[in-house]
Amino acid sequence: MTVNMTKGQAISLQKSDGGTLTAVRMGLGWQAAPRRGLFGSRTREIDLDASAVLFADKQPVDVVFFRHLTSDDGSVKHTGDNLVGGAGSGGDDEAILVDLQRVPVHIDQIVFTVNSFTGQTFQEVQNAFCRIVDETNGQELARYTLDGGGQYTAQIMAKVHRAGNGWQMTALGNPANGRTFQDLMPAILPHL
Amino acid sequence: MTAELVRGQNHTLPRTRLEIRVSAGSPVVAGATLGDEHGTVRGAEWIAHPGSPQLPGLEVSRQAAADHRLAVDLDALPETVHRVTVLLALPTGAGRPDRFGAVAAPFVAVTGLDGTEIATFTLTGLDTESAVAALELYRRQGAWKVRAVGQGYATGLAGMLADQGIDRAAECAAAIHEAVAAGSARSVTPPPPRTPDGERVRHPAGPSAPPAGGGQPAAPAPGALGDSGAAAGSTASGAAGPGATPQGSPTPGSTAGGPIDYAHPRRQTSAPPPPPPTVPPAAPGEPARPVAGDATGWSMDERLYNQIWGMFEDLARAVAAYRSAVDFADSRMEQEIDRALGDPRNRMGGAGDRAREEARAKREELAARAREALDRDLAQLAAESAVVEPALPAAYAGWDNPVWHGYRVPMEIPMALRVGDLHLPERTDLRIPLLVRLPLERGIWIDSGRTASEAAAAADGDALRRSAVETAVALAARLLAVYPAHEFSVHVIDPAGSAAGPLAPLTASGVLAAPPASGAGGVAAVLAQLTRRVDLVQMAVRAGAADSLPPDLDVGEHLLIVNDFPHGFDDRAVTQLRYLADEGPSVGVHLMMVADREDARAYGPVLDPLWRSLLRVTPVADDHLADPWVGHAWTYEPSRAPEGSRVLEQVLALVAAARRTDRR
Repeated sequence: MTVNMTKGQAISLQKSDGGTLTAVRMGLGWQAAPRRGLFGSRTREIDLDASAVLFADKQPVDVVFFRHLTSDDGSVKHTGDNLVGGAGSGGDDEAILVDLQRVPVHIDQIVFTVNSFTGQTFQEVQNAFCRIVDETNGQELARYTLDGGGQYTAQIMAKVHRAGNGWQMTALGNPANGRTFQDLMPAILPHL
Repeated sequence: MTAELVRGQNHTLPRTRLEIRVSAGSPVVAGATLGDEHGTVRGAEWIAHPGSPQLPGLEVSRQAAADHRLAVDLDALPETVHRVTVLLALPTGAGRPDRFGAVAAPFVAVTGLDGTEIATFTLTGLDTESAVAALELYRRQGAWKVRAVGQGYATGLAGMLADQGIDRAAECAAAIHEAVAAGSARSVTPPPPRTPDGERVRHPAGPSAPPAGGGQPAAPAPGALGDSGAAAGSTASGAAGPGATPQGSPTPGSTAGGPIDYAHPRRQTSAPPPPPPTVPPAAPGEPARPVAGDATGWSMDERLYNQIWGMFEDLARAVAAYRSAVDFADSRMEQEIDRALGDPRNRMGGAGDRAREEARAKREELAARAREALDRDLAQLAAESAVVEPALPAAYAGWDNPVWHGYRVPMEIPMALRVGDLHLPERTDLRIPLLVRLPLERGIWIDSGRTASEAAAAADGDALRRSAVETAVALAARLLAVYPAHEFSVHVIDPAGSAAGPLAPLTASGVLAAPPASGAGGVAAVLAQLTRRVDLVQMAVRAGAADSLPPDLDVGEHLLIVNDFPHGFDDRAVTQLRYLADEGPSVGVHLMMVADREDARAYGPVLDPLWRSLLRVTPVADDHLADPWVGHAWTYEPSRAPEGSRVLEQVLALVAAARRTDRR
C-alpha cells in the first residue's frame, strides 16, 4: 500500500505488522530528456543527483552523494551516479540505501535532497519522483512526485528521523536552488 | 559557450584540467595515446587503456561502457608529450556490433571540471570502422588546443595503433581487448581507494562503474593501504597489460593478431564454482552464525579473500561510527558546559555544577550507547574471525596456524599472501589479516629504524635491526613456500655480513639461489645479474619475442632482500636498485629492503621515490597503515613464528627438498 505523500506529511516507518523497519531505500527516478530530432547526440541531458545528509543534533556529520558513495560508518550507501535519467516509467534511477539498524547512535536525522546537476529546473523534468521503499520486501511505503516543481533546481525531499525506538519519515518537499547538496545547507537547517 | 566542432576543426582550450565525456549508444572502449613532438607514440606505456587506466595527467575507464568520463590534467603530462589522442573502439566478442556504422554516432565533449562544455564533436559518417581516433589535444606555441579528428579504422585498434607508430600494435590491441574482457568478468572488486574529495571524478552509474577509482593525482602517503588496496584488485588487468609479467611460460607473442583468448590465465575451466558453504538459519533475534567462505568468489581461496576484505571494511566502518558518536558526545558536552559557565546566573549557587553534571551525564549516556553498538559489531566480527582463521589456507594463515604443519609444496600460486595482522585500539585482540595480492605489485620495506611507536622506542637499535631481518626472513619464507618449487628465487645482499645469524633459516636450508652477497663486489654482482634479467625480459615482452630469451634465464619470480642499505652501495649500485624498484615488479623482480631511512640520509631526497614505492612494514607493532575507506591508523604487526616453534625451518626444509628432487 503506497501513501502518496503531500508536503509536510509525516509517516511513521513502522511495518504494517507492527515491527520496525530495518532497511529503507530512497529511490529517485526521472525521465531522460527527449532526443532532439536528427541530432540526438545534442540532447541536453538531465542529471539529477540524490544525496543524503546525516545530522547529529543539527550538526552535519556525514554526507552521502555521488563523490562519497558510502557513509564512513557504512550505514548509508548510494548505488551510483546516474547522469541521464531513465524511461520515466517509475523505476529508480538513483537510490540511497539506509540500514537503519547500523546508523550510528548519535545520528538522529537523515535528510534526503535532490539536485539538478545540469541546471534544468524541475519544470523541464518529466516524471520525476522520489519514493521510500522497505528494502527487506520491496514494498513502497511512500511516494512523492516532483512534477510541477517550478523554477527550482533542487528540492529538500524528506527526512528520516528517530522517534521513540524507531524511525519516522517526514515529507518536506521544500524547493531550493543549488547544484549540489552544499548549496542547500542553509535551506535544510530550518527543517531539522 | 560551447564550440560544436566539425571534423578537422580546432579550438583553443581555456584551461588544462578537463574532462572528456564520451556518449555512445552501446558500450565502447575509451583510451588515449600520448605522442611526442613528432606525434609518435613511443611505446605501450604511452597508452592509457582499460588494462592500464592511469598515466600521469590522464585517466580512462577500466571498462567498456556507453558513457565515459576521462580525466585529463594537461599540466601533469610529461614535458615530452605534445599530443593526446582520445580513441574509441568497439569491444570484441560474439553478439556485439563490430562496426561503428551499426551503432549510434558517438558524441564527445571536452568539459571543464564543473561540467561546462568547452567543445563538442559528434563522430558521424562512420561505417565499417571498429576503432576511431576521436579527438586530439595538442600543444601549439605553449598553449593546448583540441582538434576534432574522427579518423576511423576498419582494421580496428591494431590498425590505429600501428598508424600511430607503435611496434607490435596487434599485440597491444589484443592486450587492450583482453583487459576489457577481464574487466567485465572481474569478480573481485578492489576496495575503493580513498581519494581526496576535491579530486574525485564522477563515474556513471551502473554495475560496470568502478567504485570511486577516480583521479588520484596525489601520491598516497607512504604505506597507505589505499594504494595497495587498489592494486590488489587489478591483477587481472595488470597481467593483461602490454608490460605484462611473463608468469610461468611467457607467451606474449602467441596472441598477436590471432583470436583473443578470453580464458582466465589461471583458471582451467569455466564450470560453475562449487556452491558456497550454506549458512545455517539464524535463530530469531540473533545475528546469523558466521561461516568461513561466506562471500562471493570462484574458489574457496577467492571467497576467503573477499570475506577478509569484507571484515576489514566492516571493522573500519563500525569503529568509524563509534568514534564519530564519541567525538560528537564530547563536543556537545563541551559546548553545553561552556554555555552553562558563560551564563552569569549560573555563577552563584550550584546551578553551574548541576549543568556540568547534566552535560557529563548526557555524554556518558551517548558514549555508552555507542559502545554498546560497537561491542555488538565487534562480537560478531570476532565470532566470524574465529571461524575464518582456522579455515585459511597456508598463504593466508599466520605461522601459528596448524595448517602450516601439514604444509605441502603447492602446484600453483595463491591469490594473495598474508604479510601481517592489523588491529585497532578499540579491540586489540581482533586481528584482520593484511593480504597482498600475488604476484607482488610493489616491493616491501621493513623499517629497522626507530619509529614513533612505543614498541620501537623500547627496543634497542641492534635488537630492532635483528628483528627486522627476522621479519624479512619470515616473509621471504612465506613467499618461497606459497610458490611452486621452481617459480620463486630469493637473493640476499648483506654487505657487511651483519645479518648472518637471523638469516640462518634461509642459508641453512639451502633455499637461496646463492649465498648472501657481501662486500661492494657482491652487491654489484647481484644487482648486475638482476638488472640484466629485468632488461632482457622487458625487451622481450616489448618486442613480443619471449621465446628468444637466453636459455639460462629462468622464468620464475625473484626476490632481492637488501640488508644494511646503503652500506656497500656506491652511486651506481643505488641507481640500479632504484631501477629494480621501478621496473622490477612488472617483470617479476621484487625488492625487500631491510633498512633504516636515517642511514641513507646522505642521499637526500633522491631516494624519497624509492621509499614511497615500497609497502612499509615494521618489525614491531606500529600504527602506520591506513585503510582505504575511512583512513583509520591501523596497527600493523608482522606475522612471526611462535616462540620456540620450528615451523619456519620445517617448511623451508620441505621447500628445499622439493627443489632438489625435481630439479630439471
